[in-house]
Formats: sequence, C-alpha cells, structure tokens
Amino acid sequence: MNGDSVTPITEGLFTVADGLVRLIGSQCARCGTVAFPRQFSCPKCTSVEVSERLLARRGTLWSWTIQCFPPKSPPYAADDPGAFEPYGVGYVELPGEVRVEARLTEADPGCLRIGLPMELTLVSAPGGGTRGVVTYAFRPVTEEPDRGGTG
Amino acid sequence: MSAEDVGIIGAGIHPFGRHPGVTGLQMAVAAARAALADAGVSWPEIDFAAGGSDAAGNADTSVAMLGLTGVPFVNVRNGCATGGSALTVAHAMLRAGSADLALVVGFDKHPPGAFSPDPEDWGLGRWYGETGLMLTTQFFAMKIQRYMSEHGISTATLAEVAAKASRNGALNPNAWRRRPLTAQEILASKMVNHPLTQFMFCSPGEGATALVLARGARLRGSARPLVLLRSVALRTRSFGSFEVFSPSIAIESAPSPTAVAAAAAFEAAGIGPADVDVAQVQDTESGAELMHLAETGLCQHGEQEKLITSGATGIGGRLPVNTDGGCLANGEPIGASGLRQVHEVVLQLRGGAGERQIPGRPRVGFTHVYGAPGVSACAVLSR
Repeated sequence: MNGDSVTPITEGLFTVADGLVRLIGSQCARCGTVAFPRQFSCPKCTSVEVSERLLARRGTLWSWTIQCFPPKSPPYAADDPGAFEPYGVGYVELPGEVRVEARLTEADPGCLRIGLPMELTLVSAPGGGTRGVVTYAFRPVTEEPDRGGTG
Repeated sequence: MSAEDVGIIGAGIHPFGRHPGVTGLQMAVAAARAALADAGVSWPEIDFAAGGSDAAGNADTSVAMLGLTGVPFVNVRNGCATGGSALTVAHAMLRAGSADLALVVGFDKHPPGAFSPDPEDWGLGRWYGETGLMLTTQFFAMKIQRYMSEHGISTATLAEVAAKASRNGALNPNAWRRRPLTAQEILASKMVNHPLTQFMFCSPGEGATALVLARGARLRGSARPLVLLRSVALRTRSFGSFEVFSPSIAIESAPSPTAVAAAAAFEAAGIGPADVDVAQVQDTESGAELMHLAETGLCQHGEQEKLITSGATGIGGRLPVNTDGGCLANGEPIGASGLRQVHEVVLQLRGGAGERQIPGRPRVGFTHVYGAPGVSACAVLSR
C-alpha cells in the first residue's frame, strides 16, 4: 500500500516505509521487554529507559475469535450500522517480541487456526473507509515470503 | 471463636433481572434493608459501610433513604471486583477493631446488550474502540479458544456449563433466567464470538445484594447460624498474565490475578482448595467458569471436562459450583455480582438455600470474581 495515500487511524501506532507497514512498539533498555503500542515506561521492570522499536511483520496466530455482532457505537466507529459484517480478531505472536491484538482480514472460522502464519497489513478503518483512514490488521500468509518484509 | 473473627450475620438480595422504573439505588436500599432484617440489626447500629456500583450511582447516597446517621461510608467503584473490594475494606475495618457492625452493598443497572466502555477510561486510545477491539466478549472467547487447544476441552463441555447454570437458576427465585436450557439449545443459539454462543454468555442486567458483617460480641450474640468470613483477597494483574482490554500481551506468562488472589485467600484462611464444599466463581461465560475452577486451585488444568460431564460441579456433586445459577442465570449487574456469590455461600452454609440447597451440610465455601482490566477478589467462608 502506498504510504502517501492513506491516513492512519491515529499517530504513533504504525508506520509505512517503502510500502511496508510496521507496528511501532517500544523496548526497555534495562530488561529488553517489548510492548505495543509504544509505552514510555516498562510494564515489567518499571524502568523509564524505553525506546521506540519497529516490530516484526510476521508471526503466528496465538488465539482468535470472530466478532459476530455489531459492537456498540461509540466506541465502535461503524461505516453503516445496518451493514455489519462479522470480522476476525486475534493475537499474533511476533517471535521474541510480543503478542499483538488485531483485526484479522479473515472472518471465516474454518480458515483460522492457532499456529497459522500471519502477516501485517493495512485495512480500511471502520467508520473511516470512505475518507481513506486505515488501521493495521493481520492476514494469513498465503504467498511466498515477500521481499525483506519479515521485520 | 477468636476475638479477631469476622462473620456474616445478615444477607439480603433484591431479585436480579430487569426492573423498569426501579433505580439501582432503590434496589440497593431494598437489599440493605433485607440484610439488616436478616441480621436483626437496625441501621443506626451500623458503624461502618462500604459499597458501590459501576453504572448506577454512589452507594453512600442510599443514606438518604436508609437514614442520616452519620455512618462512615466508603464508595467503591472497582469494576467486577466492586463487591469484593467493599468486602475487603469492611473485613479489614472489623479485623482492626475499628468497627463492630458493617454493612456492604453492591448494586447495578445496565442497559441491554454488551458493555460499551470508553477506551480512554481504561488508558487506551480511541482507536482501540473505533476499530472494534474494545469488547470483553472477545477476550473471553480468545482465552477459552487457546485454553481448549491446550487442555483438550470440547465445545460440548462449554454447553454443559451453561445448561447446569440454567438448571440451578430455575431453582433460585431471585435469578433472572429461570428456564432450564438443554445443551442442544445452547449450542444451537446464535454465535456471539467463536466458540461461544449467546446462551453461553451472561447478560448485563440489574440487581443488588447486601451483607451485614460483625465481630466480637455482635458476632457471638447473633441469632443466625454462625458463618465466618475467613479471608478476603484482592489482586490486580501481574506482568505476563492475559487480561481484558490488552492491545498486546507478553510472551512470557505469569499467574492470573485470579490465581494469585485465590492462593492468598486460601493461605490467609488456613484452608485449602480441597476443603471447599461449595464454590461460586466468575462465569461471565461458560469457559470462564471452567478456566477459573483451575486457576483458583479447585481442580487441575485439563480436569474440567471430566469434572463437568460427570456432574461433579452440579448440586449434589462433589464440588457444586455456582449453585444459584451464577452470572449466566442471574445476569451481570457488575457491582452486585461479587456480593451475590457471598450471599449464596452464606445461605448454603446455613442450610437455608431452599430447593437448591446442596446436601451433606457444607462447611467451607469459596467465592471468586474477575473483571477488567485484570482484577480479582476471592473469599473463603466457613461454618
């Protein structure tokens, strides 16, 4: 996806560089703990010596569900409340880093399983689709490893 | 009985369910009056009070209806642990000798449908809610999904948990849902969050519960069968535990707040999980009940399928769980549920639970609540 044509749902959550989306996390300088979204203190050792870290783009599905009913708005930002489509939600384990919660591009329970290789992507954000607002999501890895996108 | 003992001498409840035209505070006052009457205590005798709701107002405003006695009254708003937190504070006040007779009250009144929390109240960005991640139901679904794969639990067992809750609820005149459901009906109900269907989830609802606690002469002099509050423990999450409303979780794992609070409660009581005759555990959905059974130490991880399908957790089983129907049959008025559990244990230990009374004169009871963003309160009671 071209980084110039999209508006992130919020600043500081992810970045797009050379066509590849990366989540912006943080890492503790003292104990190495990785957190997402970026934190300014370490949730494990309490240190405030924490710096930004771009997270891996690939991981495996740790757990998942399908959101089958429309969440209440607010806080949900629905494009058209009458046209709700179920969506997948999961935690993707980024090896050696952290497990990230995200929407999944796949909403068919038959196509999701724990351990499935997943890759970061961008999708239209609920409520912002017509304005080009995007958020991060994970999709099952279907193609051969892409060019240097393993983070 | 020792001088430090704290007991529960009164228990009152306002029926759970939907009560159009009745405010949460009115339900709280009704429950408080019922608890006072049960204890044979008048409101002016109460020298400490604590309580709260999540969404139905400040507990201490109930004094306008109960009577303006000047009693010290602490408002608690601590999510699903609201009742447990009020109990913790009252227990500590009595143990410290700072009060002799305490009232705790929990109540709530939620609109129909899933909770719709504001992300910013939980330290999260608005994006988290806007993109459809701010749902407690998703957390429970993903936790049980993972748990089922690790411990070999089947979907049929999830349905059995809900069927048991509905059978128990049918025996409880204060429960909201009083129609027994079959496992087939539960499995066939609308999918909410895989693998959990509609009838495997509790619903936000309405209700109130109150208890009168006593120490010393007021405890010894009570006309009610003695029920001691042996311990209460309240804990928040540790780094590495998997909790509600987490945009990420650590790869390393740590015991849940449930596990830590339960262990602390058992240690303080000098009673072990194996001694428990009746337990009420947080059953936001079917999977939560079975996971919490193992986290609290009441069974081993992976043992639940056998325990549940053999009927051991039913009334008359070896370890009756959620004998009043739990959240599944009573609904979830957040501020009221924790004290509802204690209310049920008090009735069971007194032998006064009516049609749902478990046989064999139970001696030890246990209660457990869990809620966002990773808080748990546990209590141990005994005759």
